[in-house]
Amino acid sequence: MTPLLEVEDLWVRFPTRTGLFDAVRGVSFKLGRERLGIVGESGSGKSMTGRSILRLIRPPGQVTAAHIRLDGEDLMQHSEAQMRKVRGQRISMVMQDPKFSLNPVMSVGEQLIEAWRVHKKGSRAEARRRALDMLEAVSIRDPERVMRAHPHELSGGMGQRIMIAMMLIPDPELLIADEPTSALDVSVQAQVLQIMDRLVQDRGMGLIFISHDLNLVADFCDRVLIMYAGRVVETCAADKLHEAKHPYTRGLLNSLPRLDAPQKRLEVLRRDPAWAQAPSVRPS
Amino acid sequence: MTLGSIAITMLGLLFVTFLIGRVMPIDPVLAIVGERASPEVYNRVYQELGLDRPLLVQFWLYLLDVVRGDFGTSLLTARPVSEDIARVFPATLELATLGTLMGVLLGVPLGVLAAVRRGSWIDQIARVVALVGYSMPIFWLGLMGLLIFYGILGWVGGPGRLSIFYDGMIEPVTGMILIDSALAGDGTVFRDALSHIVLPASLLGYYSLAYISRMTRSFMLEQMSAEYVTTARVKGLSERAVIWGHAFRNIRVQLITVIALSYAGLLEGSVLTEIIFSWPGIGSYITNALLSADMSAVLGGTVVVGLAFVLLNVFSDLLYKVFDPRAK
Amino acid sequence: MTEMTGLRAWLLTDTPQSRGQARLASLYQGWLAFRRNPMAMFGLAILIALLAIGALAPWIAPHDPFYQDLTARLQPLGTPGHPLGTDSLGRDILSRLIYGSRITLYIVTLVALIAPLAGLIVGTVSGYLGGWVDMVLMRITDIFLAFPRLVLALAFVAALGAGIENAVLAIALTAWPPYARIARAETLTLRNADFISAVRLHGAGPIRIITRHIWPLCISSLIVRVTLDMAGIILAAAGLGFLGLGAQPPSPEWGAMISEGRRFILDHWWVATMPGLAIFTVSLAFNLLGDGLRDVLDPKGEK
Repeated sequence: MTPLLEVEDLWVRFPTRTGLFDAVRGVSFKLGRERLGIVGESGSGKSMTGRSILRLIRPPGQVTAAHIRLDGEDLMQHSEAQMRKVRGQRISMVMQDPKFSLNPVMSVGEQLIEAWRVHKKGSRAEARRRALDMLEAVSIRDPERVMRAHPHELSGGMGQRIMIAMMLIPDPELLIADEPTSALDVSVQAQVLQIMDRLVQDRGMGLIFISHDLNLVADFCDRVLIMYAGRVVETCAADKLHEAKHPYTRGLLNSLPRLDAPQKRLEVLRRDPAWAQAPSVRPS
Repeated sequence: MTLGSIAITMLGLLFVTFLIGRVMPIDPVLAIVGERASPEVYNRVYQELGLDRPLLVQFWLYLLDVVRGDFGTSLLTARPVSEDIARVFPATLELATLGTLMGVLLGVPLGVLAAVRRGSWIDQIARVVALVGYSMPIFWLGLMGLLIFYGILGWVGGPGRLSIFYDGMIEPVTGMILIDSALAGDGTVFRDALSHIVLPASLLGYYSLAYISRMTRSFMLEQMSAEYVTTARVKGLSERAVIWGHAFRNIRVQLITVIALSYAGLLEGSVLTEIIFSWPGIGSYITNALLSADMSAVLGGTVVVGLAFVLLNVFSDLLYKVFDPRAK
Repeated sequence: MTEMTGLRAWLLTDTPQSRGQARLASLYQGWLAFRRNPMAMFGLAILIALLAIGALAPWIAPHDPFYQDLTARLQPLGTPGHPLGTDSLGRDILSRLIYGSRITLYIVTLVALIAPLAGLIVGTVSGYLGGWVDMVLMRITDIFLAFPRLVLALAFVAALGAGIENAVLAIALTAWPPYARIARAETLTLRNADFISAVRLHGAGPIRIITRHIWPLCISSLIVRVTLDMAGIILAAAGLGFLGLGAQPPSPEWGAMISEGRRFILDHWWVATMPGLAIFTVSLAFNLLGDGLRDVLDPKGEK
């Protein structure tokens, strides 16, 4: 069976005054209908990886890859028009902060209906019905009222659930969630994650979960990629994370407080410049 | 702007014009009684005009007159200033409206394109267009236009609103000849009026375009890097839908303010344009009154233009509330 | 150039030894950034040329700008002895343009001194004192902002009488409110800064604090704004001159020259065209310079 997504030797480069800056350096991985976590600190290239799968890196940024295959089709060979059919309908993305990722001057209903009608043929009334169903699926009470609301009237948790609804309404096969809970109150993070997880599972979708939070990813995903300075330094099953060997992953793990093994002082992560030079780890 | 602050601004505007009127080196009494009047007559008129009262009382009386729409009598036309203004204002309005229309219809798309294709040739053109607009004296550009399109090429009508033989053929209803002649169904006069207005209106339109395209570009640049634009792309929308359906919708509110500002600017900027094209509008009226020391007319004209300024600002604030869901 | 000269190294150091060095170094780095902008350098070159022309007018002008030669009226471009032709009184247009640059520089300098200074005083006093003083001063500023500028300037000139000095005053009177707004905004951020509190604890009074400690910090944002406004000032002055309310004949002010040439525009186009080109060139130069300066001093403010 072909995997859902295959990324081979992905590079993202940005020109700067001092030459090309490599944001992502030769990343490769495969993804089935599973939950893959990508973990790294800010600037490690994890978001760029997510965005280049959707070919959303705009000039002057440059993306090269041997291939990015979705169900065997190489997205790198797609024209912009073909990519538009992929975006939303087959691969979708939830971004960090609904305060910025929802259009402030459009009502929630308009934005949901638009997301459905870009790809599906059907009347406005049907689009509206789908939107209401989708809002219910993300546990929005009183969806009729929320349809008329504007983003500034919503709480963060509600905004992010609407964002998830909007991204899932055309029934994509793969969802990229880029730090979907980092901007939310701790109290609603779990709820939003749970809703997202349930929908992804029920629909048999693939999920790429991008986060800086190692514990969260370990709990939530099946497999984890650890990124550092644009490279994948380690990849392992989420439940085997404590067995990770790479010193960076170990450093990250040791710098987190643990209830089962309390320490007087947390370790400070020491970085080795050699990590950034080593080639990316191949998919296992 | 609240109602209170509008009132205070208007009051301040009137007070400043009132003060200007008082320090003008023209004796309003002499202007009425003439140079050879006896001291008794002079004193009587002096008192009738209330010039012996304290300044604030005089301002109060002036205020009462203005509220009643009484700006005094023009020395030049010997008619009430308010009547004069009612006659000349539509000419300015017609010109400024057409100019703004051109500025908006061309400037907004140009600004959007320049922002979306930043650094491309169209962005460079937009930059040059704006730079030239900011640097060129409007009266000179008007003269050059007259020289080239009227003098040399003969493509447009010359100065004035109509050719002389059509003058007075159309009954003024709105005072705007294009509309009046269209209402009367008179194609000949309409075409003549059009050939006269096209050059001055294009001139004002160019300045409006320079300003509006520049502002549109900077607003759009700000929006295009916003996260919701990425969301729109993720949805699979075409670039056109992303630009016009999402980013542009977010700058409408700011654009309205800019357009109102530019419109107000044209009402004022038409002073010089009207002189060049002998356009009988409020700009010509104020300037001619100024040159012949016709104080009431100058002040009345200034107050009316200032009033139009303030009202346009209020109007754009109101539209703000209609278009921005966050302002409710 | 791999080897840096001593002065250059001193200016580009990361570890300045004194405040003076740090200040000069930041100026030098600003200059390096500015120099990379060819359009801004072009504007600067034009303005330096304008200054030189103004200063050297008596030596480089081929004729006396007021000398009338009624036998050589309205000579076209390229006439021997009159490269830009002559006007309706037979005066040499090139010489008048050269002398006119002095008037332009005079007006621009005066307005650029008066308006920002007035705005600085109003803005800092308003921002520093706050309370009802702030309210009254800002109301007045708003009222002036609500006025159509050219019409207000016209009315002022009408009240004060036509002439260069009054035109300068009228333009300055309509130009100060934006500066007051900027200065007030800067003052509000500075007012509660720790170093101001420290100065206050030393017993400094409000006048000393405003003039010695707040003014110097407001200047740089005002300078950018002034440069960008210069073109507008030149156009306003030319407009007043054109309407006969600025410089009076026979003064070779560029706006007034266009006004004189207007009567012959259809038959003798160069009389009005040449001074217009001069105005355009100078205000374009100011706009280019202002854009360049803004990019260096305030990269966020691109409009």
